[in-house]
Amino acid sequence: MACISPDGKPTESGSKMLRALKGGLGSPEKIAKEAGLPLFRVRSGLRELAEAGLAKQKDDRYELSEEGAKLIK
Amino acid sequence: MEEIKEQTGHMPRIGEPAPAFEAVTTHGKLKLEDFKGSWLILFSHPADFTPVCTTEFIAFTEIHPELQKRGVELLGLSVDSTSSHIAWVRNVEEKTKVRISFPIIADLNKEVSLAYGMIHPGQSKTETVRCVFIIDPNQIIRTILYYPLTTGRNMDEILRIIDALQTTDKNAVATPANWRPGDMVVVPPPNTQEMAEERLKQGYECTDWYLCKKKL
Repeated sequence: MACISPDGKPTESGSKMLRALKGGLGSPEKIAKEAGLPLFRVRSGLRELAEAGLAKQKDDRYELSEEGAKLIK
Repeated sequence: MEEIKEQTGHMPRIGEPAPAFEAVTTHGKLKLEDFKGSWLILFSHPADFTPVCTTEFIAFTEIHPELQKRGVELLGLSVDSTSSHIAWVRNVEEKTKVRISFPIIADLNKEVSLAYGMIHPGQSKTETVRCVFIIDPNQIIRTILYYPLTTGRNMDEILRIIDALQTTDKNAVATPANWRPGDMVVVPPPNTQEMAEERLKQGYECTDWYLCKKKL
């Protein structure tokens, strides 16, 4: 897992993506720009965050889940 | 015949969609579709902790910023494990101060290698040869290069091919032998006699009706 450590906490890149999602529903392109990460890393990272229940996918865009929001407070 | 096919897998061709994959890499699980919209250089190497591959990884890292300026991502592959890749990347950094900046697929089950025809049993039945697949933003294979195990790749040529492909796409032209950015490009040959006659009046530098060049 590139965005979630084995202990279940987000890695540095995972945290960057979660913080970028703070502004609400965003496309991978927007998140990549805000997080300063390559688009391919963000696409795979957002999938991981969603699988871990930290983000939610709505069509082609993502937003923070309640769990994800708690982590970046 | 079937045995050879089993060992080599599918041989992709230029102009075909790149075979889809989902693979474990040093940057997490990646799918081919994650690279949609970017150019991608997918390349294989025989094994981690080997001399020629180490020089190639350093060389790929050195051209990575130039590739990124052109909207190109890099993705390496060998049949070694993620742990081996991580250990090798860390070793390269420790010994040479070069930090490998791109993901590397750990293709332990050879799924991607076989889909891309990267195993050539005449060279090695267990390792991938040195392949380069240049895949465009629509995920179509645009160039395939194969090098033997003993010959390291030429980064200038890889950059030159990217420049040539992007110039071709942007301007609907072709590029002549040994072309470099800034050189004249080849105007596509005419398809009719009328077009051939008109071609000669259009101010291009023409050797004859079928070979005309222009400056961009």
